[in-house]
Amino acid sequence: MQELASSHTISVLVDNEPGILARVVGLFSGRGYNIESLTVAQTDAKQNLSRITIVTSGTPMVIEQIKAQLDRLVPVHRVRDLTVEGPHIERELALVKVKGTGDKRVEALRLADVFRAKVIDAKTDSFVFEVTGNSDKVQTFVGLMETLGLVDVGRTGIVAMSRGAEQL
Amino acid sequence: MKPEESATTGADLLVKALIDEEVEVVFGYPGGAVLPIYDSIFKQNRLRHILVRHEQAAVHAAEGYARSTGKVGVVLVTSGPGATNAVTGLTDALMDSIPIVCLTGQVPTHLIGNDAFQEADTTGITRPCTKHNYLVKSVDALSRTVHEAFYVARSGRPGPVVIDLPKDVLMNKHDYVAPKKPVQHKSYRPQVKPDPKKIEQAVEMIAHAKRPIFYAGGGIINSGPKASKLLTQFVRMTGYPVTNTLMGLGAFPASDKQFLGMLGMHGTYEANLAMHGCDVMINIGARFDDRITGNLGKFSPGSKKIHVDIDPSSINKNVRVDLPIVGDATLVLEEMIKVWKAKQPKTDQKALKAWWAEIETWRARNCLAYKTEKGTIKPQYALERLYHHIKDKDHYITTEVGQHQMWAAQFLKFEQPNRWMTSGGLGTMGYGFPAAMGVQIAHPDALVIDVAGEASILMNIQELSTVAQYRLPVKIFILNNQYMGMVRQWQELLHGSRYSESYMESLPDFVKLAEAFGAKGLRCHEPEKLDDTIKEMIALKHPVVVDVIVDQKENCFPMIPSGAAHNDMLLGPEDKAAKPVSEEGMVLV
Ligand SMILES: Cc1cc2nc3c(=O)[nH]c(=O)nc-3n(C[C@H](O)[C@H](O)[C@H](O)COP(=O)(O)OP(=O)(O)OC[C@H]3O[C@@H](n4cnc5c(N)ncnc54)[C@H](O)[C@@H]3O)c2cc1C
Ligand SMILES: Cc1ncc(C[n+]2csc(CCOP(=O)(O)OP(=O)(O)O)c2C)c(N)n1
Ligand SMILES: [Mg+2]
Repeated sequence: MQELASSHTISVLVDNEPGILARVVGLFSGRGYNIESLTVAQTDAKQNLSRITIVTSGTPMVIEQIKAQLDRLVPVHRVRDLTVEGPHIERELALVKVKGTGDKRVEALRLADVFRAKVIDAKTDSFVFEVTGNSDKVQTFVGLMETLGLVDVGRTGIVAMSRGAEQL
Repeated sequence: MKPEESATTGADLLVKALIDEEVEVVFGYPGGAVLPIYDSIFKQNRLRHILVRHEQAAVHAAEGYARSTGKVGVVLVTSGPGATNAVTGLTDALMDSIPIVCLTGQVPTHLIGNDAFQEADTTGITRPCTKHNYLVKSVDALSRTVHEAFYVARSGRPGPVVIDLPKDVLMNKHDYVAPKKPVQHKSYRPQVKPDPKKIEQAVEMIAHAKRPIFYAGGGIINSGPKASKLLTQFVRMTGYPVTNTLMGLGAFPASDKQFLGMLGMHGTYEANLAMHGCDVMINIGARFDDRITGNLGKFSPGSKKIHVDIDPSSINKNVRVDLPIVGDATLVLEEMIKVWKAKQPKTDQKALKAWWAEIETWRARNCLAYKTEKGTIKPQYALERLYHHIKDKDHYITTEVGQHQMWAAQFLKFEQPNRWMTSGGLGTMGYGFPAAMGVQIAHPDALVIDVAGEASILMNIQELSTVAQYRLPVKIFILNNQYMGMVRQWQELLHGSRYSESYMESLPDFVKLAEAFGAKGLRCHEPEKLDDTIKEMIALKHPVVVDVIVDQKENCFPMIPSGAAHNDMLLGPEDKAAKPVSEEGMVLV
C-alpha cells in the first residue's frame, strides 16, 4: 500500500530561547524530512514565545511522525497542522527587483498593479516591488517579472493562521 | 541576602541541588572547566564521586546505575574532550531511554565562541543525542535548570539531559533555590494517563482474540517494577502467550510457561511465528524496532495491533496500528486489569487451545539447541553453565555487543526487571563493563557479571583501574572466540566467508592483563573445567576477568536475515545455504 505524499502547513508555538530553531531544523535534517518553507519570529513578548510556520511534505504516516517529533521537543508548547485542522490562510511576502527602461518598465508596472504589488523603491531604471499573497500568487508574479528584467528576489516564506476566532 | 553577599558559589549550589534531587553517586572525570565543582565535592560528604578512566565509561556506568535502580544516573565531565568523549554514552542512553543527567564544563561565558582552550560547542554537538540540553548562562538560572533537567530526564520517556556549565557561572555567587514540587513545566507535560475509552476498546479486542500475543518491551522496565508485576498479573489472567524484546527481558518471568522467549532477529522460533500468525497483538512499551519487524511489508500481516506507549512519536512510526494508547504502562495496565475484572470476559477457549497447541509445536522445534563438540567449549554451553551457578544468587547481568550478547539474551533467564543491562538501540561495544561498575556501585553485595566478547571488552578495558580503586567485585566473563563474531557471522552469510578484518589478532593475555590492574584473571579451555572456573569466579570477592576460550566459528541462531519475514528464519547452519539473503536484504544493517 503506497501512501501519497502531500504538503502540510504546520504552526509551532515555542519558547523563544537560543537554539530552538537549531532543534527544529536539526530534527528535520536528522530524520530526513523536507522543509519547503520555514518562518520564525517572536510573537508574544510577554511570555517570550515564537511562532514557527513550517511547510513540509510527506505521506500521512510521515506527517504524523513530524508532528509527534516536534511535540516531543521540550521547549515546544503547541503543534497544529493547519492543513488538516480546517480552513486557514497562508501569506507570503516578496521583494522583487526589476531593472529596465521603456516598454518593459511600463509592462512591469502594469502587472504589479494587477497583482496589487506596491512600489517601495524606484529609480529611473529599476523598481523594487512588494507583493504579498499565497505562494502561488507570489510565484506567478516573480515568474512574470523574469522576462521583464528581474534581478533579485527575496521571499519571507509562508506564515499561516486558521480562519475564525480560535487561538493556536 | 543579596546574591553578592551569598556564601555559596554556583558550584556549591549545584552540589546542593544534586543532593536535593537525591543523587548519591556521580560518575566523572575532572578537568580545568569543572574544577570548582570538584572543589565543592571535596568539601562535603553526602555526594559520592566515582572516578572513571574515560568519560564514555562514566556515562555507561551511570546507565547501569540508572537501569538497575530506576533512578537518574549522574555524570560529570570537563569541557571540550570531556564532553566529546561522553557523546557515545549519551547517544546510547537516548536510544535505550535511560534517564541521565550529564554535567559538562564549559569555558567562561565571555570566551564562548572564541575557540578558547578546550572549548567545544557542547550543546550543539549533543542536541541530537540528548532528550534536551541546557547552556546555563547565568548563575541565577542554575538551581532551576538543574531541577528541571532531572524532571525532564526521568519523566515521560526517560532520556539523557546535558547541562553545560561555563566556569564563571560555577564561580559566581548566588543563593540556592530549592526545587518546586510538584513540577509544572511550562511546555513539557508528557501524557501518562490513558484515555479510558481506549482501555475499554482494548479489553474488548483482547477478550475476543483467537490467536493473541503480548509483545512487551523496555517501556515496562522504564515504567518501574510495578509495571512488570501488573503485566505478569494481566498476562496470567488472560492465559495468553507473551514475548519480550531484548530491552524488555525480565518484564515477564522467563520461567513461566506463558513466556515464549525473546522475539526478533535472534529471537525464538515460537515467539517469531506467534508474532507472525497472531490475530491480536498487544504491544506494551516496545517500539517496533527493525530488529523485531524484519521485512515491514511481511510483518504480522493478519493481526489487529494495540500499541501502548508513553511517547506518541513511537506510535505509527514503523508499523500502522489499529488502537494506539498513549500513557504510562503502569497506569494502562492498572486500568486494563480493572476493566477486565469488571467485565469478566469469556475468552474463546477452543480457539485459544488450538493456538497454544500450534505454539507448542513451534516450541518443540527446540530452536536454541546446538551441537556439542568434544573438547571445545560452545559459547551457549558456557552460558548455560554460568546460569546454573548464578540462578539462585542475587545477580545482575550486563553485556557487551555481539554474538555473546545474543546468546546471553537467549540462555540466561530473567525472572525480574532491572537485572539485565545491555546496549540495544545503539549496540555500543564497550558498554557492558562500565555499566557493570555502575550496577555494582548501586548493589554492592550483588553478583554483577559482564558477559563480554574479547573484542568489545578492549573498548573500555581501562576501567579495570576503576574497579581496582573502588574494590568493585565485578566479574567479566569473556566468551573469547578470537573473532568479532557477529561481524564474522554476517561475512559468512552475506559476503562469501571473506573474513575481512574481523579476526582479532594480537589479543592480550587477559589473565596477565587482569593481574596488571590488580584484578584476578582466570582462563578455561576445557568444557570439563568450566564449572570449577565459574565457581572460583563467583567465590572470589575481587574483580575477576575470566577468559573462556570458546569455539571460533559458532554462529548465533535462530536468525531472521535482514529483509526477511518472521516465518523465514534460519534455524541452524543447514538453513543458510537453502535461504540465501536477498539483494534488498544486503543493504540493511
Ligand atoms: C547485535 C544486536 C542484535 C539485536 N537483536 C535483537 C533481537 O533479536 N530482538 C530484540 O528484541 N532486540 C534486538 N536488539 C535490540 C534492538 O536493536 C532494540 O534495541 C530493541 O529491540 C528495542 O526494544 P524495545 O522495542 O523494547 O524498545 P526500547 O528501546 O526499550 O523503547 C521503549 C519504548 O517504550 C516506551 N516507553 C518508555 N517508557 C514508557 C512507559 N513508562 N510506559 C509506556 N511506554 C514507555 C518508549 O517510548 C519506547 O517506545 C539487538 C541489538 C543488537 C545490538
Ligand atoms: C563501537 C562499535 N563498533 C563497531 C561495532 C560493530 N560490531 C558489532 S558486533 C562486533 C563484534 C564484536 O566482537 P566481540 O566483542 O568479540 O563479540 P562476539 O560477536 O565475538 O561475541 C562489531 C565490531 C559496534 N557494535 N560497536
Ligand atoms: Mg569475539
